[in-house]
Amino acid sequence: MPDRAIGRALPRDASRRLVAGGGRFLDDHAERGELHAAFLRSPLPHARFTLHTDAAAALPGVAAVLTARDLAAVCRPWRTVSKGFPGLVSPEQAPLADGRASWQGEPVAMVLAASRAIAEDAAEAIDAAWEELPAVTDVQAALAPGAPPVHPGLEGNRAWGTTIRHGDPDAAFAAAALVVEERLVFTRHTGVPLEPRGALALWEKGTGALTIRLSHQMPHQMRLHLAEQLGLPVNRVRVVAADVGGGFGIKMHVYQDEMAVAAASRLLARPVRWVADRLESMLADIHAREHVVTARLAVDAEGHMLGFDVQDLQGLGAVSVYPRSSTVEAMSLLRTLGAPYRFAHARARIDSVLQNKVPTGQYRAVGAPIGCAVTERLIEKAAAARGEDALAFRARNLLRAEEMPLVNGFGAALHGLHHHAALEKARALMDLPALRAEIAAGRAAGRLLGLGLAVTVEFTASGPAIYGGAGVPVAATDTVVATLEPTGEVSAQASITEIGQGITQGLAQVLADAVGVPAGAVRVEAGDTAAAPHGGGAWASRGAAIGGEAAWGAGRALRAQLLDAAGALLQAEPGTLDISDGAILDAAGTPRMTLAELGRLMLFRGHELPRGVTPSLSAAFHYRREGDATLANNGVHAALVELDGGSGLVRVLRYWMVGDCGRVLNPLLVDGQYRGGIATGIGEALLEACRYDADSGQFLSGTLADYLLPMATDIPDITLGHVETPYPRSAVGAKGAGESGTCGAPAAILNAVNDALAAAGGGAVTELPIQPVAVLRALGRLA
Amino acid sequence: MTPARFAYARPATLDAALDMLAREEEATPLAGGQSLVPMMAMRVARPALLVDLNALPGLDAIEATPGVLRIGALARHAAVLDHELVAAEAPLLALALREVAHPAIRNRGTLGGSLCLADPAAELPACMVALDATLVLASAARGERRVAARDFFAGLYATARRADELLLRAEIPRAPGWSPWFEEVARRRGDYAIAGLAVMARREAGRIAALRLAFCGVEAAPRRLPEVEAAVIEGRDAAALLPGLLAPLGSAEAPAAYRLHLAQLLLRRATEHAHAAA
Ligand SMILES: Cc1cc2nc3c(=O)[nH]c(=O)nc-3n(C[C@H](O)[C@H](O)[C@H](O)COP(=O)(O)OP(=O)(O)OC[C@H]3O[C@@H](n4cnc5c(N)ncnc54)[C@H](O)[C@@H]3O)c2cc1C
Repeated sequence: MPDRAIGRALPRDASRRLVAGGGRFLDDHAERGELHAAFLRSPLPHARFTLHTDAAAALPGVAAVLTARDLAAVCRPWRTVSKGFPGLVSPEQAPLADGRASWQGEPVAMVLAASRAIAEDAAEAIDAAWEELPAVTDVQAALAPGAPPVHPGLEGNRAWGTTIRHGDPDAAFAAAALVVEERLVFTRHTGVPLEPRGALALWEKGTGALTIRLSHQMPHQMRLHLAEQLGLPVNRVRVVAADVGGGFGIKMHVYQDEMAVAAASRLLARPVRWVADRLESMLADIHAREHVVTARLAVDAEGHMLGFDVQDLQGLGAVSVYPRSSTVEAMSLLRTLGAPYRFAHARARIDSVLQNKVPTGQYRAVGAPIGCAVTERLIEKAAAARGEDALAFRARNLLRAEEMPLVNGFGAALHGLHHHAALEKARALMDLPALRAEIAAGRAAGRLLGLGLAVTVEFTASGPAIYGGAGVPVAATDTVVATLEPTGEVSAQASITEIGQGITQGLAQVLADAVGVPAGAVRVEAGDTAAAPHGGGAWASRGAAIGGEAAWGAGRALRAQLLDAAGALLQAEPGTLDISDGAILDAAGTPRMTLAELGRLMLFRGHELPRGVTPSLSAAFHYRREGDATLANNGVHAALVELDGGSGLVRVLRYWMVGDCGRVLNPLLVDGQYRGGIATGIGEALLEACRYDADSGQFLSGTLADYLLPMATDIPDITLGHVETPYPRSAVGAKGAGESGTCGAPAAILNAVNDALAAAGGGAVTELPIQPVAVLRALGRLA
Repeated sequence: MTPARFAYARPATLDAALDMLAREEEATPLAGGQSLVPMMAMRVARPALLVDLNALPGLDAIEATPGVLRIGALARHAAVLDHELVAAEAPLLALALREVAHPAIRNRGTLGGSLCLADPAAELPACMVALDATLVLASAARGERRVAARDFFAGLYATARRADELLLRAEIPRAPGWSPWFEEVARRRGDYAIAGLAVMARREAGRIAALRLAFCGVEAAPRRLPEVEAAVIEGRDAAALLPGLLAPLGSAEAPAAYRLHLAQLLLRRATEHAHAAA
């Protein structure tokens, strides 16, 4: 019996090629006769403008300078509407702003030229008259009475709001033995994939068909939007997302610039290429996670959590991102609030606020890092107020496996979570007694050491009910088509997409076991809508949990077809046969023929087949999860940090994480995702911030010298552990893993820094990222 | 992020290079390109003519004369960092260069580029002031001109270099008996300093006899602070003088009060070190 492929640490098929520089990213492709695009973007947060483009259009090498009017002829506008967010205020968008820009960076004109350099020259040569309008960037100021409207005619800047109530929060807080409160401020950040966004569009005039390469997480969804906005039959649009150099949620939205590239290609009947440069990316990619959260936690005399009372102000940007809506982030935040713990009463008020700023959107882990940070900070405060160990407080309040399934007061559906097992495993990994002794010794020697913990729940692999219920056409189902080649290898197409996370390797391992071939004999491809059927793509950590089921289903269906054929040839009952290691075995386990022989026979010597035997060498499986709307996973994070009492700088010395993502398809993939996710979270906790000038509304973090990403030297050794609880209602049993690291790292680091501050008799830091000035102020060493 | 149009020349002799700078008003020398090229890509620098210095013979020489250590303007950071003469005669530079950027950038970036750019946060300008170096410039019209480093740095990205001049080299007095100290605070390893301090001290008979210091990252340009130097030598609380003397820069990630705090912190550490070693 050969080893199962699922669960094995097989290196990724693509690694060698990518590491050796063989990746073919968007910018590596070219079309003969292509025009290069550059955008003129608003330099002001809010302005009316008029454009004179004649001089720019007259420059040698310039093919066209397009404005909103030009593109309106070939591209319909769009507006974000969701039944999940009734009454959402979000204005219509078109590829280019028409007469008024509502954030710095919004595209207002598009140049098409023989080279990008000429296009940039021409963009500069556009004579633009800007009339600055009052702008509002601060989320609280935007809600204040008399605040300038983000868009003319708005009565207020609230885009959407809701109140949630469960149990009897008033009574719970009135009766509580202890109430702790905190106000936490989260500065927006962005995703910064190595490969920027871009588009290369090719309009075929004769057929009226569009082929467009995108660096995108969901080519199938984009195909639908492109067809709709351009008024084309969907099967006349082909989207190709080949190698994608990272997504992180940045590449899952409809952007004006990408739509403009498609529209311009159609208008001019020429191939058009555009790749964002880094300066552009910082203002043209979505930002995320701007929140001010005020939260209270009620605890009874025995230290049991009674309930939460939360107010969240979310900075949305100038529009709610299309098609999913930026407000999803606030709901995700809410769903993760208190999610690992037992509590009966809940109240929340969310206000999502328009601002003259870059629109925000779903970014790795969406609202979960904030929900977790708020929860875990309150828990530390409550335990401190009770004078007890925060771990003991957590252990008392963490839900036990047997208390689930459960829908909590914030509407979170919890099932199959094993917090106590993960906590035990984390304790052991950390060697807690020794670690505590080390910290005590360090502190005695004057070091500012702190240990922080966080428990996470993350809602992965969203099923059809979420966007389906909201009336937003986002596929939560996926398909895999598996084919036996005449050589006995298996090739497959997946509607799940590969964005560097390695999921095609994971799916190959699933297919290998499902069919009965070695993993090396399977190749999975994805990302081309002409080759793979419609499906969701890469979002919500769904590749293994949803794509894995589709792969399993397709592999089993293919196996059944092959066994039928083999049965007819071998004159055996198909049910008595098996496929293992690429060969058909009879009931005695004796190999009777290889799949290569079967494939060759069926394809090249069909005349030898018995009459009526017409098996298919391909099988498709469309996986739709029924029941659970999401697959919750859980984890425990811990960070050891050291503060520099002089400079206020924070160093993460060590990091531990135990995760339960159900069945692990390949530990290399999962560990890579955990580590990368933690790096994302460390950036969020300590470094990354999209800052705006309070007076002018100007963006201040426009380069990677200003927007501080964590570098290798900022990431400590990370020790990982796994609890593997397969999801019981699926064949493979995987849950999501791609965002788990990010969910808990900000909370663990926030708690660790505050632990170090408390041990030094200091105050607390309550703003992310934690700036050195804030640490010094908390220590009383800076005014 | 593509540069605006520019012409490019790669002169083979110094005279030819100086000639180009004299004739073309918007000519800009190109050394390692680690700052100039990104600035051109962002179109904040728009030279009409780029005069590439990389083919000029001997401009990267590092040599010692009886009185001074000469470092050519085109000497790469990596070469200076590793050079025996630098280790022997100006170890302050080696201490500081470890904090400058990353290996790939140090392989291209040059001493002259760093000094002529005069980024307020750059380490090398402050070192040159603390080393009491002399900068040697040349132009077609006026020949060679010598400027003390303390007079060279005029403000944010501003120096005493005239548009038609090239920096040829730095001359650092060989100073037996002086010892260096350099420390900085940066948000990430290899980043420009939020605040840094370069110190040269000479000890005699168990006490500090002379001292020169300059901050980087704190003010618009590095400068000597005689009152502070005197206070350090005399063992008075020098850090207490800084709020009255410094005009710290502020930014989104590092407000002025923070830079002042760091300047005081670094000065206290340097003072402690100088007295302990004396
Ligand atoms: C990611 C990154 C991080 C960095 N971090 C640091 C850091 O921590 N500390 C630091 O100090 N620097 C840092 N740098 C800058 C780098 O170290 C170089 O010193 C700097 O780029 C200038 O050197 P260069 O040779 O590249 O000059 P160039 O970029 O070629 O030129 C810079 C300027 O000097 C002028 N110039 C150059 N040579 C001469 C000359 N001989 N005569 C007259 N004018 C001349 C040019 O015209 C131009 O205006 C960093 C750079 C990068 C890209």
